[in-house]
Amino acid sequence: MQSDSMADRFIGKSIPRKEGRAKVTGRALYVDDMVMPGMLYGATVRSPVARGRIRGIRYAQGIPWDEFTIVTAQDIPGKNCVALMLNDQPCLADQVVNHAEEPVVLLAHPDRYLLEEARRAVELDIEPLPAVFTIDESLARQQVVWGEDNIFKSFLVESGDVESAWGHAHLIVEGEYETGAQEQLYIEPQGMIATFTAEQGLTVWGSMQCPYYVHRALMTLLDLPVNQVRVIQTETGGGFGGKEEYPSMIAGHAALLARKSGKPVKIVYDRMEDMAATTKRHPSRTRHRTAVTREGKLLAMDIEFVVDGGAYATLSPVVLSRGTIHAAGPYFCPNVRIRSQAVATNFPPHGAFRGFGAPQSIFALERQMDQVAKVLGLAPEELRRRNFVKQGETLAVGQVVREKVDMAGLMERALELSDYYAKRKRFAEENPRREVKKGIGLASFLHGAGFTGSGERYLASLVGAEATPEGRVRVLAASTEMGQGTMTVFSQIAAEALGVDYDMIEIVQPDTAVVPNSGPTVASRTCMVVGKLVESAVLGIRQQLLSSGLLPERYTSEQFRQACRQFIENHGALKSSSEYSAPPGVYWDDDKYRGDAYGAYAWAVYVAEVSVDLTTYEIRVDDFVAVQEVGRVINPVLATGQIEGGVAQGIGFALYENVVWQEGQMVNSQMTNYIMPTSADLPPIRVFFEEVPYAHGPGGAKGIGELPIDGPAPAIVNAIENAGGVNVNRIPVTPEVLMEALEGVHA
Amino acid sequence: MPEVRKVAVSFAVNGEPRTVEAYPMARLLDVLRQDLLLTGTKEGCGEGECGACSVLIDGELVNSCLVPVAQAEGSRITTIEGIAGETLHAVQEAFVECGGAQCGICTPGMVLAAVTLVGRQSAQPTEDDIRNGLAGNLCRCTGYMRIFEAVLQACEKSVGAGA
Repeated sequence: MQSDSMADRFIGKSIPRKEGRAKVTGRALYVDDMVMPGMLYGATVRSPVARGRIRGIRYAQGIPWDEFTIVTAQDIPGKNCVALMLNDQPCLADQVVNHAEEPVVLLAHPDRYLLEEARRAVELDIEPLPAVFTIDESLARQQVVWGEDNIFKSFLVESGDVESAWGHAHLIVEGEYETGAQEQLYIEPQGMIATFTAEQGLTVWGSMQCPYYVHRALMTLLDLPVNQVRVIQTETGGGFGGKEEYPSMIAGHAALLARKSGKPVKIVYDRMEDMAATTKRHPSRTRHRTAVTREGKLLAMDIEFVVDGGAYATLSPVVLSRGTIHAAGPYFCPNVRIRSQAVATNFPPHGAFRGFGAPQSIFALERQMDQVAKVLGLAPEELRRRNFVKQGETLAVGQVVREKVDMAGLMERALELSDYYAKRKRFAEENPRREVKKGIGLASFLHGAGFTGSGERYLASLVGAEATPEGRVRVLAASTEMGQGTMTVFSQIAAEALGVDYDMIEIVQPDTAVVPNSGPTVASRTCMVVGKLVESAVLGIRQQLLSSGLLPERYTSEQFRQACRQFIENHGALKSSSEYSAPPGVYWDDDKYRGDAYGAYAWAVYVAEVSVDLTTYEIRVDDFVAVQEVGRVINPVLATGQIEGGVAQGIGFALYENVVWQEGQMVNSQMTNYIMPTSADLPPIRVFFEEVPYAHGPGGAKGIGELPIDGPAPAIVNAIENAGGVNVNRIPVTPEVLMEALEGVHA
Repeated sequence: MPEVRKVAVSFAVNGEPRTVEAYPMARLLDVLRQDLLLTGTKEGCGEGECGACSVLIDGELVNSCLVPVAQAEGSRITTIEGIAGETLHAVQEAFVECGGAQCGICTPGMVLAAVTLVGRQSAQPTEDDIRNGLAGNLCRCTGYMRIFEAVLQACEKSVGAGA
């Protein structure tokens, strides 16, 4: 559906991806496509045990070790940490290891085949220590593996008074839900190239989401000043959060090897190393206790949300925060208590993955809503309809919903488009006669765009714009293109704001020597938050041209070009920049953990239809309808692609993607046995937008990237329950999980 | 153990005769990328699961990470660099227009799979034809829907062009 402002030339138009031709012809250059003269290859020797004390490192005979550059923790000139939030994670383990695959020794050599032999010839002598592998073990603290109490972070959200509500409840429903780790599985593995010279300092090229995260981590690790570290993003083959924090680690490794060898060093992981060693989605456990009135209104929600952070903090505190704030969903409830914790274990650190804690807590909530509906004898959609938050009402963290919201309307549309009512009725009639049962289920949810809480204020993102002597406009931002469409969407926003041809806009490659820090490319913030800065930065260019009298009020693209040329001739340069400031009235109180958690929310209702084979325990998603309100849609094809891709990952999260751990090590770190959806596995994914322009987004847009991974898992598992009458409370619902659940039912 | 020596292997790549000195068991993928600097062919998994390294050998779609270069002796190899002529191939055009490429890393392999699929169709392919034809090429970004649309559009154009 299109909004009314059809006068727009670029906003709302499906303009083809800016770098599309380079990608379809194979000309786009990714880090592994780059070679430098005299370049060495780097490899990482990793801990085989989950927790232990390093007694020694042995270099076995038969390898010409003198040809190798060898780096250990002792070679680190600065602070041995991957600088991020708590700076607790070493770049190379020193004396102790806290998870399997923890890096201990780095090697570099010009011959990558010999390098691999050498990697296998390094023997780490590690005395094992008892390790912690479950949330319960971590909470029991028999082994303290991090800090004083194994707790990275905890939050408490309280509104109303949950304890006093239980006595007034018509019904109280309890449930416990679990989600597993999930691998981002970008198809381009992590990789970096580093060069180091005494004069120019360090330069790093690689696959990443957040050039300035890498920049800060390298300054800290190598003890270098700002201008001696340069980070350049190469074409990035998918990120999904997996290239938010981990690139700082691999960049650090390449940098240490380059510094010691004096040569360029490339490290590119193979798939197995990438899957085994890098971050994954936090596994979680959520307990719900919900009180409802006789009329089916939520009276109290008591939620305990725990995520497993792995061995080091990485981004766990903020993953936990987003998960906590989303745990009560798009509902109004007068009494809410959410207690949440991120705990330490001896798994490789879990980290950012699209959704960032929200898919976990939303899975639990949306399963719980179906359980409450069942106990009340209400239809799932009816319970939701009675409890959706409305404009002017308050969410659990005390945020008043000021923008227009119509969850009931979105739900009606989703139910209609999926033919929900008729199918629910038909499946109920036909299932008793069918071997393969059919079911349909829904999930309703929200996703906050931008950094959580005060995050955007602290980031104070900056975007630059400049005119070129040819009269084109260049946008300077550190926001990366990783497939989601940053370059195209920024160009559309800039061209629309200036009223000039789309081709007159250039997006500068993110390079910390050239672009200002517009913040990390995460948190559904790039279009809404950074895009708004792009809009105001380019408007600054126009304003200068207008003020100088070189540009009339109404102008053509050619007049704009001429004016830029003239301005640069007269003044030498034409530049502008824009810094983030919070929209009026948006305030978050860090101390009380209350307030406007996000500038805006996207809202959605997803419906899944499934077949459940009771003989083979195979589950198939047959149809998927995704209805959402994300503000104005800047580019319908790109936006639809974001939703479809997110839904596909969500279907994987729900049914297929099972990380198998053994003593803290991922044992299925291959695409052969870690199963992501193929083109033969997915249903038609049908995407629909309602467009309600957001006053503070560029052209009215809100964030979109993470939203679609929140809804599929609960919608699918709700559909499985509708099909098979079985209450499954953990994902992925592999055939084994379904079998156990069903046999429990039959027992 | 006898020492393994490099051997000369000759084949045609994108219509040009080429001879490389390589270990016989070297992966065709590495020879293409490192020796011939054809970096459009990508490595996603190195075990024949993802299809990012797809190329055509004598018209057959194969994973070049699983092909020892010695096996390519005398063959005709087509990589992504050989798909566009003066203008983009209809499949490439459709990928750009329909949003079939996002991050782009699976795209070269996916385009080759799609070109093969489109080339074999005498009529408009069914949804199942497309799903199965692309099932050996993994994409993590798109959820495949835009890619299906691109294949359909390319088929319509090439059927239209042939008529």
